[in-house]
Amino acid sequence: MVLLQRPHILLLLIDTHQFLQCWIAFGSANEEGQQQEEFSEELLVKPLPDHKLLAHFHFQSSAPPSTSNGCHHHLFPKAISQLVQKFRVKEMELSFTQGRWNYESWGGFDPISSSNAKPPGVELWAVFDVPQHHIDASWKNLTHTLSGLFCASINFLESTATYSTPEWSFPPASGNVRYGTFPCEAVCTENLTPWLRLLPCRDKAGIALLLDRPSLYRGFYHSQRLHLTSTESSSEGIDSGIILEQTLTVVLQPNSERAIEVHASEKHVQPSWSLSSIFGKQVSGRCVLAKSSSVYLLLDRGLVAELKFPNKENGKSAANGLTSENFWSNPSFELSVNPDRIFLEESSSHSKSLSILYMFQVEKYSESEPFDIGLMWKVPVAWLCQQTPLHASRFLMGSGNERGAIAISLKSTQFTEGFMSANSKDGSCELRVDVFQVVPWYVKVYFHSLRVFVDQQPRAVSDFIEKIHVSPSKDKMSPGVMEVVLKLPCRVNTAALTIEFDKGFLRIDEYPPDANQGFDIPSAIISFPNFHASMVFLEDDSLNRSPLLSKFQDKCPVMSYTEVLLVPLTTPDFSMPYNVSTIKCTVFALYFGSLLNVLQRRVAEEERFLKAKAAKKTGRLPLLLSKLSAKLRGSGINQD
Amino acid sequence: MAETKEKSLSDEKPKPRVRPIVRLGIFLISHSFLVSVVCCTAGVLALFLLPVLAKNTYISENALMPGSASPMLSNQHVSDGNRLVKDLTNPNSKSSETGIESHKIIAQYMLDLGAEVSFHKFHPQMNQFHPLHFFSSPVSGKIQENYSCSSYGINTVGIIRAPRGDGKEAIVLVTPYNALKSGFGEALSLGIAYSVFSLLTQVTWLAKDIIWLVADSQYGEYAAVAAWLREYQTPKFSSLSTPNAEMCPDVNNLFELKGHSISGSKFSNSFRRAGTMAAALVLKVRDQNEQFEDTISIYAEASNGQMPNLDLINVVNYLAVHRQGLRVNVEKLWPLLNSSWLKSLGEIFESLAKVAKSLYPKWKFGIPATEYVEGTATLASSLYYQALGVPTGPHGAFRDYQVDAITLEISPKFSLDKVWRNDILLRGGRLIEGVIRSVNNLLEKFHQSFFLYLLTSPSKFVSVGVYMIAFALLIAPLPMVAASLYVDANSSSNCSKGDSSTPSAITDTDEHGIAIRSWRWLNSAKLVFIVHLWGAIVSLLPYFISQIPDCSPTTSFMIWVLLSILSLLTLNSVLASPLACAKATQEKEWALVKSVTISSVFIGLGLMSVINFATAEIGALLMVPMCLLARPLKLDVRAGTLRSFCRLICNLVLGHIAFPPAAFFLLKGMLDGFGNANVGDFWMWVESLWAWNSATYLFIGMVQLPCWVLCVSILFHTC
Repeated sequence: MVLLQRPHILLLLIDTHQFLQCWIAFGSANEEGQQQEEFSEELLVKPLPDHKLLAHFHFQSSAPPSTSNGCHHHLFPKAISQLVQKFRVKEMELSFTQGRWNYESWGGFDPISSSNAKPPGVELWAVFDVPQHHIDASWKNLTHTLSGLFCASINFLESTATYSTPEWSFPPASGNVRYGTFPCEAVCTENLTPWLRLLPCRDKAGIALLLDRPSLYRGFYHSQRLHLTSTESSSEGIDSGIILEQTLTVVLQPNSERAIEVHASEKHVQPSWSLSSIFGKQVSGRCVLAKSSSVYLLLDRGLVAELKFPNKENGKSAANGLTSENFWSNPSFELSVNPDRIFLEESSSHSKSLSILYMFQVEKYSESEPFDIGLMWKVPVAWLCQQTPLHASRFLMGSGNERGAIAISLKSTQFTEGFMSANSKDGSCELRVDVFQVVPWYVKVYFHSLRVFVDQQPRAVSDFIEKIHVSPSKDKMSPGVMEVVLKLPCRVNTAALTIEFDKGFLRIDEYPPDANQGFDIPSAIISFPNFHASMVFLEDDSLNRSPLLSKFQDKCPVMSYTEVLLVPLTTPDFSMPYNVSTIKCTVFALYFGSLLNVLQRRVAEEERFLKAKAAKKTGRLPLLLSKLSAKLRGSGINQD
Repeated sequence: MAETKEKSLSDEKPKPRVRPIVRLGIFLISHSFLVSVVCCTAGVLALFLLPVLAKNTYISENALMPGSASPMLSNQHVSDGNRLVKDLTNPNSKSSETGIESHKIIAQYMLDLGAEVSFHKFHPQMNQFHPLHFFSSPVSGKIQENYSCSSYGINTVGIIRAPRGDGKEAIVLVTPYNALKSGFGEALSLGIAYSVFSLLTQVTWLAKDIIWLVADSQYGEYAAVAAWLREYQTPKFSSLSTPNAEMCPDVNNLFELKGHSISGSKFSNSFRRAGTMAAALVLKVRDQNEQFEDTISIYAEASNGQMPNLDLINVVNYLAVHRQGLRVNVEKLWPLLNSSWLKSLGEIFESLAKVAKSLYPKWKFGIPATEYVEGTATLASSLYYQALGVPTGPHGAFRDYQVDAITLEISPKFSLDKVWRNDILLRGGRLIEGVIRSVNNLLEKFHQSFFLYLLTSPSKFVSVGVYMIAFALLIAPLPMVAASLYVDANSSSNCSKGDSSTPSAITDTDEHGIAIRSWRWLNSAKLVFIVHLWGAIVSLLPYFISQIPDCSPTTSFMIWVLLSILSLLTLNSVLASPLACAKATQEKEWALVKSVTISSVFIGLGLMSVINFATAEIGALLMVPMCLLARPLKLDVRAGTLRSFCRLICNLVLGHIAFPPAAFFLLKGMLDGFGNANVGDFWMWVESLWAWNSATYLFIGMVQLPCWVLCVSILFHTC
């Protein structure tokens, strides 16, 4: 640690005048007595172990309590502030995701993955600052507003059968949360454009220039997120400051066309990339409205641990004082642009090595001299991202159209071993796992059939479940919700939860247009409240800290989403409503016809009538009359 | 109609008018002989007309769009596939005793592509007869106790995750591979699969995950696939005190290699899954082949005659024929191809069609005689394999979980030069790529096209609406004949009684007598019930016989026959010898027995046609004539006319043919020649039927055998 702190002192000296300038500028603004609306744009790039690249755009706008400005804003999007005021949203998060976050190779234990890895489709949760009985109405209005705002079918979340009320397992634990997901929403540019419209510079200047649609949607994972918090929850709720955080996380494959050609020997070298090669565009200066505009390159703990080896072998250089040069002119890679600053992570509790963050100021660049960083790998590197304590996967069991079971299996990752060795001193080490599962009503879950298997042994549910909250589904009314707190021993290798269900029948008008595809069960949320994914970087100025880095410092629990499941339900043959109605009508006609016939017929009377007729053959008139009446009735007595 | 009217007219008393539907019923019943002759011939004729009535297949699901994209599989991928083939056929890789080396090679190749790889170890599970598990869904199965480390198989599974997909669905590609004694064909099939797999890791259009299962076929292809599916669909989370495969030293070896692999995180020794399976393709390459062109055979029949969606076959057929220039085959009954009577029948149909066309030009239903013969041979095999109820390949395991699957067997014209090998890799690979791409396009599961159909050629099919007609015609006379027999038996005894007794006696015994007479059929029903009960016992017997250790098939069969006869005799004696007492009371008893038998056969056939149509059809062909013609031999002998003599001969012949073992040997003799027929074969056949949970087994045991026994008892009825 002593060694690593030195460069910071140096850095501080180098950059002092720059920061002073900034400080003075903003200080003067602050001295006017009012907080200003602020906007900042940041981009974080991180190489991933499987030759891919993570790009995380982070735009943050904040509006101070609006008493001073009325309802006018300089930078802050008006649509959002109106929405917050109208529906009294305390906190809200909306995410559009395409693709799956690969927890095994992209990690699950850093702030980026635990807050930006989202389930496919749309996820929306919101906390309202309204009385309990108004919440549902507010939620419905909110979904419709957002649906209009983002050109998405969020309005389907309006019906009570699609959203749920988590009691305590969902992170922003309070009774006013509503949570809904819509896994089959197809996310594309029509959702991105309205999202970009909320930025003051749109995608015309600044870092957002990089958001080239074709290259974004060519990626392996794409998640755009909108998170807003009303910072002050005053009693009136009207004049609250709002912080709007817009993030876009993409995982891209740098120059994939070359990757095809290289052969097995070269495949282990990470592909070199530059911003222009992945996005096809360059940043030509910052967005002038932005307070700060910077690009970060993050080398995560595992990678840094791998990279340090050559330095250590050099021996003396480390002892001689590690200059900042050593960090970016590493023998194993080369940066095309010198970083403006380098941050080192403060010691973390869960890992021995520390991640490094390179910062590049975009302000310095202009149209004539666009900003473009590149990273060239020289030697093959392999590392592993830090994973969640337990790897969760969920799948369906059974077959047929009648019943099945959902299984959530948890497997320990290599991380747990490290954690275990660290905590093994005290014998009773426990790992807390929260499971939050929403099940649509047509999948009728039997909560009594919940079974727990720990290390391949069936165990009593009460041994491992500390707390469970279940709200059974109501047909066509509300989904089933299950919240479970599991306490597993730290040495657990595998654990599994299974729960059985029956498949329900839907009315014909309740089927979606593509009913034969099957029905989705939204992702379960597995969170580990004992673990906090945070990265604290040593920063020298607390005044001017970047929103992204301060976001990283927040202690958010490690969370992971499981796969979306597809349950095939029985579907009617939609192509034959005609046949159905014909058969139905025929059956009805046959049934009622024969029934009426039987009811109408009086056998004894008929016989008596016939006998009477046989007895008196005379009397032509009555016979004629009876004949006539029979003819008129059109049925009845045999005439021969 | 006229007759009934006359009848009603002849009655002195004015009667209430009989409803037309009833009159029609009475008419049909009174003419049941004519009706049954007409219906049965029409039914058989309709069956032979099916190849003529077959329609061309068409792709019903528009989303499939086969062949709309040009294939992307290039020579680069083919050479990748070739590399794998070379490595696998390399003698060094076979040095290991258990063939683990080749599994490692395959796994390493998959890993290099960036796929997720896992091994699945399984103990081969012998199919066993579970009398109570006949129609139940495949259970995870009880674990056999005598597992040893020497007998386990290893499936290698590679999964490609669709880059932008949501992972809800998956497509499965299966290549059976026996590491111990693999032929060149198996290596080639792996090569084809690998070249497709390497392409699919790079494509951007993938929406569903791809699972490549290299099924270890040393314990049978089906067993390996079924074991993997069982683990996929119904995993057991608990391993109670059973020796696990992990404990065996060899298996641990398997994982050692992977530790120092660069992309180590992609490999795991836990079972990996993708989403719901949309479709599965089993790919095989036949080792030796005599044909002169590259052909591809499609096997589709799964257990109990279930078929995959017709669209899947259509897509394969379309792509193979129109894109890759392969010839597509479906299984045929080869002996039928050379039969002259079929050819002449075809010529008759052809000439009839010509006549019809000359009468009215829009009637175009004729097909050339050669095509007719081929169509009939295909149809017959289609019927036969569906009726057997035994899957024709590993794809059957998928159908048990409602996954559409087919087996593709490529039989290339053989020559060992490299150009040829590249060609077959390229074409086979492009075919698989095209099929996967089509299935990948699907938004919904297969549902548009037919599930109930018979194939008469790869591009022609007979749908359920058409083939049901033949069956319906065959079984239509049964209820009528049953009714007419019942009426006859009742009325004749009525008449005889009326003659003998005085008019005064009629009045007081009338009510009572009618009541007794109308319940007399219960006596015969009891007999029929007992025989059916015996049938159930007979079909349970093999379970106990199979428990006897070291029993050859022939002795088992003998034991079975003996026990069956014994149980029939005991049942007969215990339950008050119904035949004897019936004989004493009624001389027309046989007619009532026949009537009830026919009704039960009708019910049995009707039920079976819902479960497995083909079995019901073949069963109806055997049983309906036998049931209809059955008549005590004594009566025919006594009558001595030509007609009764013909009936006597027919009865004797049918009585032999319809006996299930006799029918089996006849069929076997027709297919393979009578030379190597063995009594034990029937036992083996039955064993295979129950091992595959075939409903045909139940049908034979509980419908056909009782029916045969009842008919024989009628034939030998003493009256």
